[in-house]
Amino acid sequence: MKNQSLTIALVGNPNTGKSTIFNALTGLKQKVGNYPGVTVERKTGFLNLNGVQHKIIDLPGTYSLNHKKIDERIAYQTLIGEYQHEQTPDLAVLVLDATNLDRNLYLATQVMDLEIPVIVLLNMSDLAEERGIKNDADKIQKQLGVPVLPIIAKNKKDIEQVKQAIAKHDLKPPAPLRWKPEESLSNAINEITENWLKPHTNLPNRAYPIEALRLISDNQVPDDFHNHPRKEVAQEIIANAQAEIERAGKNPAAAEVMARYDFIESCTKNGSTRQDEAETTSDKIDAVVTHKVFGPILFVAILLLMFQAIFSWAEPFMNLIDLFFVHAGNTVAETLPPGILNDLLVEGVIAGLAGVIIFLPQIMFLFFFISILEGTGYMARAAFVMDGFMTRIGLHGRSVVPLISGFACAVPGIMATRTIESWSDRLITIMVLPFMACSARLPVYALMISAFVPNENVLGFISLQGLTFFGLYIFGIVMAIAAAWVMKLFYSDGSSTPFMMELPSYKMPKWSAVFYNMFERGWIFVKEAGKIIMAISVVLWFLASYPKVDVPPEIANNPATTEASFNAQQSASSYKLKHSYAGQFGRFIEPAIEPLGFDWKIGIGLLTSFAAREVMVGTLNTIYSVGEEKGSVVTLQEKLIKDKDPETGEPIFTTLSAISLMIFFALAMQCMSTLAIVRRETNSWKWPIVMFTYMTTLAYICSLVVYQGGLALGY
Amino acid sequence: MSTLLSEHKQPGKKRIINIKGANAPRLLEMGLLPGTTVEIIRSAPLGFPIEIKVRGYLLTLRKEEAECVEIE
Ligand SMILES: Nc1nc2c(ncn2[C@@H]2O[C@H](COP(=O)(O)OP(=O)(O)OP(=O)(O)O)[C@@H](O)[C@H]2O)c(=O)[nH]1
Ligand SMILES: [Mg+2]
Repeated sequence: MKNQSLTIALVGNPNTGKSTIFNALTGLKQKVGNYPGVTVERKTGFLNLNGVQHKIIDLPGTYSLNHKKIDERIAYQTLIGEYQHEQTPDLAVLVLDATNLDRNLYLATQVMDLEIPVIVLLNMSDLAEERGIKNDADKIQKQLGVPVLPIIAKNKKDIEQVKQAIAKHDLKPPAPLRWKPEESLSNAINEITENWLKPHTNLPNRAYPIEALRLISDNQVPDDFHNHPRKEVAQEIIANAQAEIERAGKNPAAAEVMARYDFIESCTKNGSTRQDEAETTSDKIDAVVTHKVFGPILFVAILLLMFQAIFSWAEPFMNLIDLFFVHAGNTVAETLPPGILNDLLVEGVIAGLAGVIIFLPQIMFLFFFISILEGTGYMARAAFVMDGFMTRIGLHGRSVVPLISGFACAVPGIMATRTIESWSDRLITIMVLPFMACSARLPVYALMISAFVPNENVLGFISLQGLTFFGLYIFGIVMAIAAAWVMKLFYSDGSSTPFMMELPSYKMPKWSAVFYNMFERGWIFVKEAGKIIMAISVVLWFLASYPKVDVPPEIANNPATTEASFNAQQSASSYKLKHSYAGQFGRFIEPAIEPLGFDWKIGIGLLTSFAAREVMVGTLNTIYSVGEEKGSVVTLQEKLIKDKDPETGEPIFTTLSAISLMIFFALAMQCMSTLAIVRRETNSWKWPIVMFTYMTTLAYICSLVVYQGGLALGY
Repeated sequence: MSTLLSEHKQPGKKRIINIKGANAPRLLEMGLLPGTTVEIIRSAPLGFPIEIKVRGYLLTLRKEEAECVEIE
């Protein structure tokens, strides 16, 4: 190979190890998981080989080039050089699953028709061997006429071989149509190419055979065809071509596929043997996991375990972080001379950060669990088991994976809906997904629960706090279901949508990837939350501290609050806060939120939380720290519990108002990133606006009903 | 005598005779061709989707898709 820089695309069926190989070649950390449809976007990276830099593209998996879904279209467009005016790749690395060569080779024969130089990798050779499947790479190589390499993606040695194969590739494209369509089919291809594709479309030449074959076989041609001004011309040409195939006694819809599979079987017949009769471990696990009765029970049990664990296992770590910040605050307060800078750092920055970072352990546990579910192959089973229920509520089995990802964060969840074929199913999934209790709500829930739900056990072993926590997750799920059901009434194209999904064999999760993902997500949380919180808490600290007012003596000595010096202090600082800029603003919006049981301090928090939910906690921490005695070790929870209305002496927060607040957070659309991603995925401002309005309105109404209802019932 | 795959819930092996209907292109691409043997493994909690084994891999099909597969 000349010393030329190449663009190399990784192509293959879903879940064959493309991203694993991409990571090994580029040193990047693309997401890998054991279910079809992990990668839904193109990712690029670079590989340095003998001093030359090559560009590597990781593509979403696809079963064929007759794209029907967005993620599949990306792969096809990249290969024919139509993706954002980019050139066709110089080399396609076809990643095939060695345990399942027939179906994998189908795509391979299509890609080879595009006149792109290829290397074929038979990945997962370890699993093939385990199952007694023997593939004769030499024979397959001879039949296909391109380099074929059996590999195991996690072996360094094998990746080295892949690099060698890339380096010494002659970059000659294979001859198209090596699978030899029989005469009537090949005539039909020619007719459509000459009479329609060449004169009337501006497709690149290399795409002609594939496009012609699609027009011959598929009656459901894609939209770009329907909108073509000379569509009638094409229809006549296609009808003639189809008639010719029928005259030869073939079925135009199946002729291509059957011919390709005939060719494939000739490659694998003696080239690979399989003993698939024996029941594998995977089959045995499935007998339980996808069982009619145990399957759904297990699904619920797994979710329950996950939430219980997040709540209880994370606690010791949270206490440690809390301790750290208290000490950090005190140290800074003591070392720096008293003054504005000292106040700003301690009350603004450190208090704001502490309020949010304390939830890092819970978030890391959450991602730990989700990575394990993704790595083992359970996600696809969950989709299978739940599909029946999901269709009844207007969603799709494939919605399960995005919805579970939504527990972590709505943004990747919304991206993952790309694997859903039908637009209406996909849109509804997107619209209800933000109801799933994402990790940004965790801090708010955790704060409110630990302050206002008694730490007792019910039935002796289930903690009431854990149960409330689980209840909030269920509440989110129920609201998502209800919303989906309602939307289905208004927005449905009535068509049934396919659910052809491959169930991958179970694998041990890659622990390094699980831990990497956990720390990576934790770091992103700290970074993102940190950035917003730093900025907001500095501004907020200023708004909450100025203008400085003198506390009238009668408040400092208020009889209602003299019982403890803590309260006197509290009430004096409370007076100052109330008359600050932030306080003035909070009181301005108070009438609107008072019916929900929130006072003006929560009002300030709510306002900042529309940037991102977790900011709420940082905001409260800052507000409650301003003007406080230095060196205090009172936690935010205690401050909230002890906060009293200076006039009436009534506690500001009750369990009821805490519940009302949590309900508001469960339902309201308070996340700029989600709205931005919805805008991108739906390509219009309409849906993010609809989403923001309906969710926030719903939140207001539900909180109102709960709080007023609770008051009426005497709580 | 041919029947539809959707009418079979009992585990067992069956040979495909024909693939027809709206979902045919996808099914064909996935390797379900006339003459291919499929093994019915089980069905999901509410009856559908069903899980089958074809060409050594596991595939799930909804009722509408299973109705496109004619078997012996
Ligand atoms: N045993 C074994 N497992 C592998 C091998 N290569 C990849 N895997 C696993 O196969 C699964 C799928 O890998 P990915 O790299 O995410 O596959 P992908 O092709 O990018 O999948 P999509 O993005 O969904 O198209 C993961 O669980 C990997 O750890 C291999 O050679 N042997
Ligand atoms: Mg991938």
